[in-house]
Amino acid sequence: MINIEIDGKQIQTENGSTVIEAAHQAGIEIPHFCYHKKLSIAANCRMCLVQVEKAPKPLPACATPVTEGMKVFTHSEQAVKAQKGVMEFLLINHPLDCPICDQGGECMLQDISVGYGGGHSRYHEEKRVVLAKDLGPLVSAEEMSRCINCTRCVRFGQEIAGQMELGQAFRSEHAEIMSFVSGSVNSELSGNMIDLCPVGALTSKPFRYKARSWELSRRRSVSAHDSLGSNLAVQTKNNRVLRVLPIENEDINECWLSDKDRFAYEGLNTADRLTKPMIKQDGKWQEVEWQVALEYAANGLRHIANGAGAEQVGALATANSTLEELYLLQKLMRGIGSDNVDFRLRQSDFSSDGKQQGAPWLGMSVSDIGRADRLLIVGSFLRKDHPLLAARIRRAAKSGAQVNIVHSADDDLLMNVAHKAIVAPDALVETLTQVSKALAAEKQGQSTGGDAGAIARSLAGGERVAVLLGNFAQQHPQAAQLQALAQQISALSNGKFGFLVEAANSVGGHLVQATPGAKGLNAAAMLATPRKAYVLLNVEAELDCADPQQAMAAMQAADMVIAMSAYKHHATEYADVLLPVAPFSETSGTFVSAEGRVQSFKGAVKPLGEVRPAWKVLRVLGNLLKVDGFDQDTSEAVRDEAMKGVDVPARLNNAIGGVEARAASAASGLQRVADVPIYATDAVVRRSAPLQATADAAIPQAWMHGDELKKLGVQSGAVVKVSQGQGSVQLFAAADDKLPKGVVRVAAGHAATASLGAMFGTISVERA
Amino acid sequence: MNAPILLNTLHFDQPWTLENYLKVGGYQALRKVLAEKMSSDAIIAEVKASGLRGRGGAGFPTGLKWSFMPRNYQGEKYLVCNSDEGEPGTCKDRDILRYNPHMLIEGMAIAAYTMGVKTGYNYVHGEIFEAYERMEAACEEARKAGYLGKNILGSDFEFDLHNHMGYGAYVCGEETALLESIEGKKGQPRFKPPFPASFGLYGKPTTINNTETFASIPYIIREGGKKFADIGVPNSGGVKLFSISGHVNKPGNFEVPMGTPFRKLLEMAGGVRSGHKLKAVIPGGSSMPVLPGEIMMDLNMDYDSIQRAGSYLGSGAIIVMDETTCMVKALERLSYFYHEESCGQCTPCREGTGWLYRIVHRIEHGEGRPEDLDLLLDLCNNIAGRTICALGDAAAWPVQGMLKHYRNEFEYHIEHKRCLV
Amino acid sequence: MLSQQITTLIDKELKKYPADQRQSAVMAALRFVQDEKGWIAPADMTDIADYLGMQQMAVYEVATFYHMYNLKPMGRHTLTVCTNLSCQLCGSGDTLAHIHKRLGIGLGEVTPDGKYGLREGECMGACVDAPLLTINNKKMCGRLTSEKIDQILAELDKQ
Ligand SMILES: Cc1cc2nc3c(=O)[nH]c(=O)nc-3n(C[C@H](O)[C@H](O)[C@H](O)COP(=O)(O)O)c2cc1C
Ligand code: SF4
Ligand code: FES
Repeated sequence: MINIEIDGKQIQTENGSTVIEAAHQAGIEIPHFCYHKKLSIAANCRMCLVQVEKAPKPLPACATPVTEGMKVFTHSEQAVKAQKGVMEFLLINHPLDCPICDQGGECMLQDISVGYGGGHSRYHEEKRVVLAKDLGPLVSAEEMSRCINCTRCVRFGQEIAGQMELGQAFRSEHAEIMSFVSGSVNSELSGNMIDLCPVGALTSKPFRYKARSWELSRRRSVSAHDSLGSNLAVQTKNNRVLRVLPIENEDINECWLSDKDRFAYEGLNTADRLTKPMIKQDGKWQEVEWQVALEYAANGLRHIANGAGAEQVGALATANSTLEELYLLQKLMRGIGSDNVDFRLRQSDFSSDGKQQGAPWLGMSVSDIGRADRLLIVGSFLRKDHPLLAARIRRAAKSGAQVNIVHSADDDLLMNVAHKAIVAPDALVETLTQVSKALAAEKQGQSTGGDAGAIARSLAGGERVAVLLGNFAQQHPQAAQLQALAQQISALSNGKFGFLVEAANSVGGHLVQATPGAKGLNAAAMLATPRKAYVLLNVEAELDCADPQQAMAAMQAADMVIAMSAYKHHATEYADVLLPVAPFSETSGTFVSAEGRVQSFKGAVKPLGEVRPAWKVLRVLGNLLKVDGFDQDTSEAVRDEAMKGVDVPARLNNAIGGVEARAASAASGLQRVADVPIYATDAVVRRSAPLQATADAAIPQAWMHGDELKKLGVQSGAVVKVSQGQGSVQLFAAADDKLPKGVVRVAAGHAATASLGAMFGTISVERA
Repeated sequence: MNAPILLNTLHFDQPWTLENYLKVGGYQALRKVLAEKMSSDAIIAEVKASGLRGRGGAGFPTGLKWSFMPRNYQGEKYLVCNSDEGEPGTCKDRDILRYNPHMLIEGMAIAAYTMGVKTGYNYVHGEIFEAYERMEAACEEARKAGYLGKNILGSDFEFDLHNHMGYGAYVCGEETALLESIEGKKGQPRFKPPFPASFGLYGKPTTINNTETFASIPYIIREGGKKFADIGVPNSGGVKLFSISGHVNKPGNFEVPMGTPFRKLLEMAGGVRSGHKLKAVIPGGSSMPVLPGEIMMDLNMDYDSIQRAGSYLGSGAIIVMDETTCMVKALERLSYFYHEESCGQCTPCREGTGWLYRIVHRIEHGEGRPEDLDLLLDLCNNIAGRTICALGDAAAWPVQGMLKHYRNEFEYHIEHKRCLV
Repeated sequence: MLSQQITTLIDKELKKYPADQRQSAVMAALRFVQDEKGWIAPADMTDIADYLGMQQMAVYEVATFYHMYNLKPMGRHTLTVCTNLSCQLCGSGDTLAHIHKRLGIGLGEVTPDGKYGLREGECMGACVDAPLLTINNKKMCGRLTSEKIDQILAELDKQ
């Protein structure tokens, strides 16, 4: 510890910290622009100049290390003269357009200049004009004359996002922030540059001119789009969500937000919102009163349960439904005598059911991941599936952690990867087995060659090892074996293992037992052996299920489908009742994140039209079906009931036993590798126009190794016919020589591929 | 006049060859160091005794700088030569590179030996391609002859030297910008601390000296530091190369003892161009404040004398201006230079240099205002000492110097919208 | 695609730097491209980025920072005239005027036949030879007079 004095105040601070950090600790504000606690120090804006005793000239507080006995003056004559001088320079070329600037009210330049700017300008020369840039659908760079060249955005790209999409080109006062040959910014974290920009140069394109910051009210909320549980501020005006910003939480999202979390809200108020209950009569959809729709639904269910048997009813929900919704859904099902309820819609191997000791989870805390020194990540489209976890791992990699990958695709993770084994899906188990064996051998002092050996050596050398199974591994047809192997590997390396859990409430779904019991059917079984009636909660069957062909066939064959949904979607083709329920912004609820953090939130706006929160709808259905225990008044009451006696830490447990090592039947033909593209994961995201305009939302292509293309006799860019089961689609073929041979990568979760079959398995490609 | 020490091969047809360098005692100092297994401390003591101060402009004592290099550091360390001479008026290093490249190589090899360095880089100004090629050839020659590479002169000392070419950025003469540039980045200076001695090239301990500084080393080692010091005057040891350009009859580089009267140097350069009289002199490269001719005629060229007169010896580049020179126009050109060459990184320099230039430009074009001159001085105070590197100061000093000595010319310009001269 | 000649030159340059510091060769790589083509197009920067394992934007930053790179075609012979103080004192204004008279181009311009381009340079570190110019950043010609400029142009015309 070091003792210093700032403005007469005695401060104890850590050796190695800077003056600005010490000041902030002590609650003393020093004006600054380029400094940001999460970025490297640039010391270029010079706003933070302070006087330091014995220093001949003012020093930048952001870059000056503290020394014992140092005396700092942030408001002395010298300091203030320096700060005012800098402020004057910053303003000479800055447009005086605060009244029309989107940053108005939350502009650091505006705020600080009120304190430091002179009354009138001494600058009478021509102002510099910097041309607008088109950075794509999310980040607006229309007003680059406002840029003060603090380079925060550039450093963010280099240091956090891992890719330098923006740079400062040219020099002197011609220096400009821009992208390479006017390219768009494609990082899945790009929106953070908007927050980082201290002025109104980079602003939110979707939010542009929608409102002034002081007109917005804000609600705390929690991300509904991945399992990290990012904390958000949902900002609204006139009962409409106009913007989403991060709320800082060092243990979760730090001060960042993924673009998905930030811009998904644009999908909330689309034209296809379902705002009135509807029933289909004589093949025609009619809007009806809630009472009518609910009774219709209840009667239908009662009829089928009493007639064909309750086991003929199945309930499917997405894993981004709230804890309260999932709890009531399973309670309703069990109340009418059916054990068929599930939210694991993209899972295909359920053999771990009954063998796994608790709810699958991250297996460690989010911050543990950042502290790991060796990682093995199995079957994950990491950057796209878990953008902020990827950023944490990137930072760990930067400070020396070794990241190892076993996967069926080799997308650029924008970080140093120590070793990787990229193999076809049916070789994943074998590859992990090799790693495990090599690790065991390593412990005996024997070294194994090949990728598996290299990975094993890397893990063996670690002190804090993390083995993580991604979405792809969870969706894999041998998921249980992969899990058992991950368990072995982590045990051999004295590490921890866990799942990079897929969705906002996957863990919550397990905690409230929205999974089938011993008599029940899991999601796959419910669709493979079609039921007579289905209750769908937030589900778009052709996009959310592991095998859309099968799912759609089951829906079409059913006598009765009750769809609870925020949108009028394909369910209009197969459902009988559409019940308009609230998306996360219009209801209160709870998500349990990958690390088991239980986070409740309130609705940010009132439900649109006649929309009701799903928990209320389920409660009334329970009443109508005369099921006991459906009299909760608030979502909090539902949550408390659901979590009563649930000891979350005790329930989180990845341990698994009794998994047989089954060899995969050798696949013939090409195997499908299916990712769920980042902006195709859930109903809200799929409707966000700005996200759908990004490069990440491009129409899926059929990606193959160049050699496979050659074998098929097609060129990259040619149209091919891709078929699975009874369905086929036409896609552009594209070469990716980093894919293993024998596979075709065709994304799932997308309308363009929804008529295909399962996410794993054989798939055929021919010239169109 | 003593025999030249730095440009001691000029009398040969091909002054740059190894063969000719050897004829004038080349590489004897390196031989001596290796044969006697001189200790680092002994060499540094010799360099300190020589009174050698950095010839790049700041005049930092070289021996002291060398002693900052960490001794027991495990891993790579680097030595860097700053041949990015781009300070208007300065062109002395170019002649060392062109005419005596081996002296630089020898000086760097000795420095490398002293500081335990195996790899060196010589950063050459982009515009002098001929000098770069000469250096490349000389390094190759030295490598073949065993003065660079492994087992130099049969010892276990190893050192190799590579040339890196700049490509048009004055700021890369600033030592940390230069390091960034070698690393393949924009030449934007780094904030210090940390200093290069602890965090330099590729993040490793690094020592940087000017070309002429290194070139002075072989003599100091061969003949002893004291002998070098005695050539000059107290606090300004040794010989110095002065570039004299502008309004003189015989512009050129002149190697003379430190402390040589300016009057004598002007004579060597053939005097002020025929039919004209001396008006003003910039004594140390364009960044240094201008001094009126009368003052200069009584000054000696050493660090202390020039500083007492209100300027600096800098890089030893003398720009001579006769009575036909419009000081507003001269300053306009210099201000344009600093404005264009600002790396664009820190606010006071990026914004301030453009502002300075635009005001001077207006005055030169008959659009000056009475309040401009005080504004200029105030802006200079807001730039100098507030920036990451000294380019900010370098932009302010010429303005301050001009207004100190020639304010009347500026006022005349503002009032009459034309030149006084 | 970078030509074989260029990659050979870059490879030679790379030997100067530690193996994990390929970026250090970016300035030379850009120079080689310019020597071959007269200027550097964005596609060349992409190629260099790939070859050296750099981000494209990082190459672009370098290409736009250093003034001797031509980011647009500047003629087969780019003449760069220093106009800084020592050269100004010694008549660089006359140099520019004479070139303008001879070639009809001003600063930043290229003759219609694409043969000559004219640029302004900052201090070239050869002030005692003022006024001066460089040809294609390679050859320096000092102590210019109208006659000397005519001679230089006559030489270049022959090439
Ligand atoms: C803007 C600027 C330009 C500089 N240009 C040069 C230069 O061209 N050559 C040089 O040797 N030093 C130059 N310097 C000084 C160097 O930063 C550094 O002090 C010097 O190379 C150290 O060598 P020395 O101690 O041998 O003088 C410059 C400094 C600044 C701030
Ligand atoms: S003073 Fe000028 S040249 Fe130096 S770092 Fe700042 S902007 Fe760059
Ligand atoms: S905050 Fe310190 S220089 Fe910008």
